[in-house]
Amino acid sequence: MSAPLLAVEDLSLHYRTEAGVLKALDRVSFELDRGEALVFLGESGCGKTSLARALLRLLPRNLAEYSGRVSLGGTDLMALSDERFRREIRWSRVSIVMQAAMNALNPVVRVGEQVAEPLTIHAGTPRAAAMERAARALTRVGVSADFMDRYPFELSGGMRQRVVLAMALITEPELVILDEPTSALDLLTQAGIMNVLKRIKRESGTSFILITHDVGTSSELADHVALMYAGQIVERSPARQFFRTPAHPYGEALMASVPRLRDRTEPQPLEGTPPPLIDPPAGCRFAPRCARRFAPCDRPPPEARLDDGRRALCWLHGGAA
Amino acid sequence: MSARSPLARIRRYPSAVAGLAIILFLVGVAVYTVVAIPHAQAMADWRGGDQWRMNPANASPVWTNRLFGGNAPPTLTISSDGAEVESAVFEGGRQLRIPLAFDFAYDDFPSEMTLLLSVLGTDRPAFVQATWERPDGSEVRLGAHRIAGEDRIAISRNRALEGRLGQVPHIGLFTDQTGPGRPAVLPGTYRLTLEAVLFDPGAELRAELVAFGRVHGLAGTDHLRRDLMLALLWGTPVALAFGLLAAVGTTVTTLVIAAAGVWFGGLVDATIQRLTEVTMILPVLPVLVMVGTLYSTSIWLMLGVVIALGIFSASIKMYRAMLLPLRNAPYIEAARAYGASDMRIILRYMIPRILPVLIPAFVTLIPTYVFLEASLAVLGLGDPVLPTWGKILNDAQAQGALYNGFYYWVVAPAALLMLTGLGFALFGFALDRIFNPRLRSA
Repeated sequence: MSAPLLAVEDLSLHYRTEAGVLKALDRVSFELDRGEALVFLGESGCGKTSLARALLRLLPRNLAEYSGRVSLGGTDLMALSDERFRREIRWSRVSIVMQAAMNALNPVVRVGEQVAEPLTIHAGTPRAAAMERAARALTRVGVSADFMDRYPFELSGGMRQRVVLAMALITEPELVILDEPTSALDLLTQAGIMNVLKRIKRESGTSFILITHDVGTSSELADHVALMYAGQIVERSPARQFFRTPAHPYGEALMASVPRLRDRTEPQPLEGTPPPLIDPPAGCRFAPRCARRFAPCDRPPPEARLDDGRRALCWLHGGAA
Repeated sequence: MSARSPLARIRRYPSAVAGLAIILFLVGVAVYTVVAIPHAQAMADWRGGDQWRMNPANASPVWTNRLFGGNAPPTLTISSDGAEVESAVFEGGRQLRIPLAFDFAYDDFPSEMTLLLSVLGTDRPAFVQATWERPDGSEVRLGAHRIAGEDRIAISRNRALEGRLGQVPHIGLFTDQTGPGRPAVLPGTYRLTLEAVLFDPGAELRAELVAFGRVHGLAGTDHLRRDLMLALLWGTPVALAFGLLAAVGTTVTTLVIAAAGVWFGGLVDATIQRLTEVTMILPVLPVLVMVGTLYSTSIWLMLGVVIALGIFSASIKMYRAMLLPLRNAPYIEAARAYGASDMRIILRYMIPRILPVLIPAFVTLIPTYVFLEASLAVLGLGDPVLPTWGKILNDAQAQGALYNGFYYWVVAPAALLMLTGLGFALFGFALDRIFNPRLRSA
């Protein structure tokens, strides 16, 4: 097996707040292969968006710590200067569809020019060629090239979402990060966009990181699932296994809370709230809400590797530490 | 926002159309002036001198006659070229009798009288004796003169004549001497007869009698006989250029600096804010007066100082307030994510967003600088060589124009200044209504 496209090791991102240092990402590690889709699943405030920002180095001003190792196809991203990172990584190799993507369009720039903008910035593509590629990119995500001359406010929400997606794909990056790409859309539009993503994944071999709190959406695209809880990845499993039998109790609780079509079982809501990220529990962070809590949970759990590829931060699967 | 172009929307505001018409008129005048009167020629003419000698000093514009129903005289020039010259030859010379006759039926006296004589074809001086004949037949001897080459006899300043007439000559010569009270013009044909003796048979004498009028041209003249039209015309391009350049210079720099401060934040922002606060308490006019007094009054230097002082002006505070909410707008964060450089974010993402709201303010800013330039000129700090509206006002003030009744000297440049202000204000306020959605009435 070849080296992974993206290898992240001990990535931490801490913010300074008035109440103290907030550990939005606490030593997160994972890998992503070429052409693979990795879904980050978790509740609001578990650090999913911070992860996306950390990968693209879109750091806020109240930054307290930003450390770890990130390697993209052999390039050490943490060693690059800000300027080189901007020029060589952002959009050239990694692009992102932001949360609230519908507002991510410059309201005074026409759709066509907007989509072509990354090309203009990075490749210096001449205008005519860039516009032609923008038209193709738009068609690819299901937006007619007739909309090139419109302003963003003249488009519907789903349409704008597709435009943003076209923008993320136009430079043909190796990795596309999708941060809640469908959260503000109705179900039909969501399905439409997920279909576009599936098709593109099949056709292009682009890797995707999909960040979502929606189990249903994630299952459509995922090859692997990373379950996030309180700034940590608590489970990393192949999608097939995860959606059937999650290894971590949090995963179980999450799956239980999802309503099912062909099942008579009632959805079981998960009680309680995630712990504060400023002062998380010393042991297992999910322990206070866990139904299967037992004595060792007061200590930080080890990573248990199961035979079928599942990995979980949980004492239930044994572990020597 | 509607898809209609701003230009189409302007047409719905009569005030905008009027303002635009005034601005276009001024621009037209400016372009015409620069083409018709080249810069160098305008400078040279304004410096004054011989080219103005045929103009009356302090003459009103001709339209004042129509306006007030008066009949003030224009400048009359009576030349010997068309006169019936009687000539008699004697040994070693010629004797000439040149009658210069003209009708004078105006209700005011000339402002001045001058006799221009030139002897041609000989180096030897000629003797000329002049006699003035009024319509009623009375005669006045104006004395004898020895003329060599070209000469200019200022009849108005002939003290002896003034003593004999009891009045300044250009009034006394046109008055009915019999009547009591205030002198009145005696209408009719006047004749100045020149009897000349030339000591060369081939010599010629050319004579021109100039009775300077009380009205001249469309704009009148100043104390140096300069036609004010020159300065009124040339003041237009100067005023527009100064106003536009100063407004563009200050607005663009201020906008970019404000946006940079908002975008980079931290130390950059703090430095810009402190600099702005310092500049806000600097009084602009006294600084300009100091520069003008101690260094140079060149209009370009003044423009530079105005822009320099305007860079960190109070509008930075306003722009900053408008830009701050944009800083964290999702689309700007997205731009950062797709690798737009800081410069690109500032120039292409932040500034265009607030530009529509700024255009009206920009338009109304232009006349402010036009007025500033005029104010400097009125204070005597105008460019010394450039004919401008402010310069006219400065001269008028120095010569006590209003005190002496030369109202036109003040009214014309002031009217042009007001017209400029009016034009830009009408246009700017209408643009404000078009671009600023909050002002759009339901």
